[in-house]
Amino acid sequence: MLKLEDCVVQNGAFTLSADFTVEQGARVAVIGPSGAGKSTLLEAIAGFLQVTQGRILWSGQDITAQPPGQRPVAMLFQEDNLFAHLTVAQNVGLGLRPDLKLTVSDKETVEQALDRVGLGGLEARKPGDLSGGQRSRAALARVLVQRRDLLLLDEPFAALGPALRAEMLDLVRDLAQETGATLLMVSHQPEDARRIAGQAIFVAEGKAHAPQPTDRLLDDPPEALRAYLG
Amino acid sequence: MADRAQPLSPVPGIAFATVVAVAILGTLLAVALSAETGRGLGPPEWAAIRFTLLQAALSAALSVALAVPVARALSRRRFAGRRVLIALLGAPFILPVIVAVLGLIEVFGRAGWISTALGWIGLPPVQIYGLHGVVLAHVFFNLPLATRLILQAWQEVPAERFRLAAQLNVDGWAMIRLIEWPMLRRIVPGVLAVIFAICLTSFAVALTLGGGPRATTVELAIYQAFRFDFDLGRAALLSVVQIGLTLAAAGLALWLGRGGDFGGGFDRAVRRWDGARWSARSLDVAWIALAALFLLLPLAAIVIAGLPGLADLPASVLPAAVTSILVAAASTVLVLLVALPMAASVALRGARGVELAGLLGLAASPLVIGTGLFIVIRPFANPLALALPVTALVNALMVLPFALRILVPRARDIVARQGRLAISLNMQGWPFTRLVLLPRMRAQIGFTAGLAAALSMGDLGVITLFASPDVATLPLQVYRLMGAYRMEAAASAALILLCLSFAAFWILDKGGRAHAEA
Repeated sequence: MLKLEDCVVQNGAFTLSADFTVEQGARVAVIGPSGAGKSTLLEAIAGFLQVTQGRILWSGQDITAQPPGQRPVAMLFQEDNLFAHLTVAQNVGLGLRPDLKLTVSDKETVEQALDRVGLGGLEARKPGDLSGGQRSRAALARVLVQRRDLLLLDEPFAALGPALRAEMLDLVRDLAQETGATLLMVSHQPEDARRIAGQAIFVAEGKAHAPQPTDRLLDDPPEALRAYLG
Repeated sequence: MADRAQPLSPVPGIAFATVVAVAILGTLLAVALSAETGRGLGPPEWAAIRFTLLQAALSAALSVALAVPVARALSRRRFAGRRVLIALLGAPFILPVIVAVLGLIEVFGRAGWISTALGWIGLPPVQIYGLHGVVLAHVFFNLPLATRLILQAWQEVPAERFRLAAQLNVDGWAMIRLIEWPMLRRIVPGVLAVIFAICLTSFAVALTLGGGPRATTVELAIYQAFRFDFDLGRAALLSVVQIGLTLAAAGLALWLGRGGDFGGGFDRAVRRWDGARWSARSLDVAWIALAALFLLLPLAAIVIAGLPGLADLPASVLPAAVTSILVAAASTVLVLLVALPMAASVALRGARGVELAGLLGLAASPLVIGTGLFIVIRPFANPLALALPVTALVNALMVLPFALRILVPRARDIVARQGRLAISLNMQGWPFTRLVLLPRMRAQIGFTAGLAAALSMGDLGVITLFASPDVATLPLQVYRLMGAYRMEAAASAALILLCLSFAAFWILDKGGRAHAEA
């Protein structure tokens, strides 16, 4: 269970407050107007931004003071999720060993992960030689080997076309199901939220609201969300 | 933002910046404390100050005045070899001064090509030593720099303005008044200030082409006080004068100028529709040809004068070449060791203090630092025995500002784009340095190393203060051969120096760029 207790995050002049819990294994969309603080929320959970007030707990354990790399969190960003100068296998391997000193069994794990996301045989390629969809798959393979309890997606598929994006979201759903990970994903597309997330956190006017069922939120939106959805 | 997690610690860079600042400011302090103020500034000192300012002002004015038409011609003409020519404009930066001076003597000297040609039609030979020789050499070095800076400004004029001008049928003077004059008025003061500052601290040119009571710069006067009279008090006093001049000029340059950029962006000629008339075209062609000749003739002269003597070089040249290579290698390693952590600190924190420490090298001339180091070292060891380490160290300090200029933007970009990913993968510190920062900075590291090696290889500055007769770098050996009127041997040694400098730059720069990913 992810718990944000009276959290306040400061990002420049912008302040976001959050006080809610997310059940273990839940898949939650984070929706709201641009600039409302969706990314700020994810960055705070990932540890890139320190909360100025309150606590963040995972399974009852206080992770507020933990540095990002030691939190039970894997995160995909809008872009630059792969290192362009490393091969696909190395990029995935970083999820196991940040110094890339991989054992034989580590390498097998990497291969299995690449097979699972449909990139078997492309281990030695560099990201520049892959299509946009393949790059997303490679990043997901790394998430898979990281085996973190929490998966945060800050619109990593925004640059893909609608069909490809749907394909990636289905893959994300399947992977989250297989690993039991809890998923939080920022989304600008209501249909994406409906597609894979049972619940949604609505972020607006400096506040992240508690998760509620996605369909209910989108079918009967509050005023601020209605203005955003149009 | 202080509360953001970072993939690297800025501490090593801050530590190095502190060491650099203490080293430079410490030597300056040592100089100031030893300055013998009792006698004050006499007529020779005032003459040196006047000459320094005069030659720097003339050099800056001439370089810019000639650079404007050349840059204009380059900006609006497209021709085969344009890119090569523009790349060549960057070459004087790594060209050893002593090589260029010898080349200029071969062309413009008493027994040079021009004097010989004048002799055929019964005119007296031209004279290269003195004020006009110093200015000539400074224009040779700084005309290309000025051309590059002004050309860049020309290229940055939005294409829409030229399209609009074409629709309005603007040509000739109207074009200058509408578009080009406002642009020049913005850029030229900065370029003038930069070149003025460079010429103020130039030493090797004054050493070889100046001299005598009427053509001595402050920098040269320091050398003479030091070397001929061994009057440390007066050398220190002159150094204080030089520090004042340099700080004023550097401040002026920083205030007025946007400084040089080593990057590309010169590939395209701006598409323009004016200047299509026959007269305008031939004028442009003439300017480009003249500039190219002025740059290439002295280099060609060195090759022609140096080749025949290569077979029987004096025995002193080879050891000097080996010494130069070792000094250049040490200096290059030193620059990278210091500049990379400093660049990382600036990228992580935007640490202003680290950036300022990096700029200090610009505020101190090599001979001032040399004098200071001599004063600092003397109580503990024989400074002359440390000639080579001191040379490598001073060269590294002088290259540091350029190194940071190249490394910082790239480091900033890497940290901004991939810092979070690295942190989320828990690859802080050494893994981030080894797996991300260094591989992705390869091209910039190679370029920096190339510049550092070439500049150190060709440097004729602090070594002249410290060298005992049995020690020499290759540039110093060339200078000694010149002094002994062995011009052919000097030209051959200069040719070797030229090849070593360019080879060092080419190999390191190329090595960095091979297989480097964007």
